[in-house]
Amino acid sequence: MIRTLALRELRSLFLSPLAWAILAVVLFLLAWLFLAQVEYFQMVQPRLVSIPNAPGITAIVVAPMLGDAAIILMLVAPLLTMRLIADERRNHTLPLLLSSPISMTEIVLGKYLGLLLFFLILLALIALMPLSLLMGGGLDFGTLAAGFLGLALLLAAYSAAGLFMSSLTRQPTVAAISTFGLLLLLWVIDWAGNARPGMSGVFTYLSLLRHYESLLKGLFNTKDVLYYLLFITTFLVLSIRRLDADRLQH
Amino acid sequence: MSDDVLIRVENLHRYYGELCAVRALNFELRKGEVLGLLGPNGAGKTTAMQIISGNLAPSVGRVWIGGIDLLDDPRGAKTQLGYLPEQPPLYREFTVDEYLGFCARIHGIPRAGVRDAVAHARARCGLREVGGRLIGNLSKGYRQRIGIAQAIIHTPAVVILDEPTVGLDPIQILEIRDLIRSLGEAHGVIVSTHTLPEVQAVCNRVLMIDRGERVLYGSLEEITRDGGDHGLTAAFRHPPQAAEVATLPGVARVEALPDGRLRVQPKPGADPVEALVARAVEGGWGLYELIPERTSLERLFVDLVYRDARPGTKPPSPAPVPTEAA
Repeated sequence: MIRTLALRELRSLFLSPLAWAILAVVLFLLAWLFLAQVEYFQMVQPRLVSIPNAPGITAIVVAPMLGDAAIILMLVAPLLTMRLIADERRNHTLPLLLSSPISMTEIVLGKYLGLLLFFLILLALIALMPLSLLMGGGLDFGTLAAGFLGLALLLAAYSAAGLFMSSLTRQPTVAAISTFGLLLLLWVIDWAGNARPGMSGVFTYLSLLRHYESLLKGLFNTKDVLYYLLFITTFLVLSIRRLDADRLQH
Repeated sequence: MSDDVLIRVENLHRYYGELCAVRALNFELRKGEVLGLLGPNGAGKTTAMQIISGNLAPSVGRVWIGGIDLLDDPRGAKTQLGYLPEQPPLYREFTVDEYLGFCARIHGIPRAGVRDAVAHARARCGLREVGGRLIGNLSKGYRQRIGIAQAIIHTPAVVILDEPTVGLDPIQILEIRDLIRSLGEAHGVIVSTHTLPEVQAVCNRVLMIDRGERVLYGSLEEITRDGGDHGLTAAFRHPPQAAEVATLPGVARVEALPDGRLRVQPKPGADPVEALVARAVEGGWGLYELIPERTSLERLFVDLVYRDARPGTKPPSPAPVPTEAA
């Protein structure tokens, strides 16, 4: 049942020009940044030879690209998540799901997984860029895998937050702007804690960026993965509760 | 509870804040019944249907569908349910076949059976030619029919249709009414509407609600029988004496109306129309108008809904209302 819902969501995405436009724009921007990094690497390569333990091409080219991808996708993800539930409300299609023998959890998970499938396609396309470097040299696959795992978890977190925001309203644009606000806040939240030593731990832990950074360096820490999983679960549960509350509206 | 009770609603209440949209609603729907849910605008018809279809939680009360409590086991109850909301829930970017296929899947039809179910639903709703068209490009009438197809695709025991004939042309209305009648043979159907002829055309049971409360509930025959026989109003170029008309067979009483017309009250079970027309031709009365009085359902509707006249509203005048041919 969840699969049927997820595939419908994915199909709806690709039936609208928005998904194609987003794929094209994101890949174009990332390709540009990627090429710029490759150029930079070629420039510094002669100097790297003389340094012991010099960073390799994965650290110099791929990690910055994935860092940029995280920011670009923060701008783009709300545009994809905004329709998930808000659009169903606006088009009056929610009753179809609510009167079918499927639970709220299945509805939310189906929509969520449908969007994740889209992001997986996007990730696979992005991954082709660093993999093309294999034609001219070797890659540090461990770092690469940690980086992509980080980006995947980050996108999953964006989607969960976006899904929740979309469940709050019937206006997709409102969902988009609130999702963007929430994500940006969580991105920079650790800037606030710097002044007061007591609080900085909490803010640093909440920051989406901090957990992503360590994965980009190739450090696989269960704590970081757990953070994302907790984040995703929280927002999914909130979305289910929110949809349930629709039936009880006063 | 006997086996053929498909829906049982007990003491249903629904509040929106202070406003009570549905109050103490009780009714049953049996197999083979088409229940017409009637009421003026804002009476609570849609709210009641939303609750029974699981879209809205009741404030108080319980709903059983096929003997399964909707709140205890929503999934089990909803497998036996097909629902067409006021606005057909359509994904406009899908083709008709894709959409109906998706509906079949979420209603638990196995993958292998989807194609047959879609073909069957399309055939029943007159959608044979539009399977490959995008829903967004189809007319309102077609969309309404797709909405109905969606509600019956899994051949549920209970079909709930919220104003199914709104926006259709007269031919389509007749087709949809036929469809509802045929659905009523094997399933139970609840239809909400505010056109009375529709109720008389398709329903065999009527539930009338006003301001959330049940004001009338019973089979159509009981209700129309209680309502008595219909009178006739006739207008003549050369009006005869009322007494002369009263002698015709089947006529119980005749009264002259102030505008020169005659109101003819037939004897119970008798139909004096033919005799009246024949006599009018014979006598050269110049009969130019013969109107059956408002059907009893309409009279009941007006009587019940306006019984305690609301401030500022007056009951509509009792003049005969031409009814839509059903």
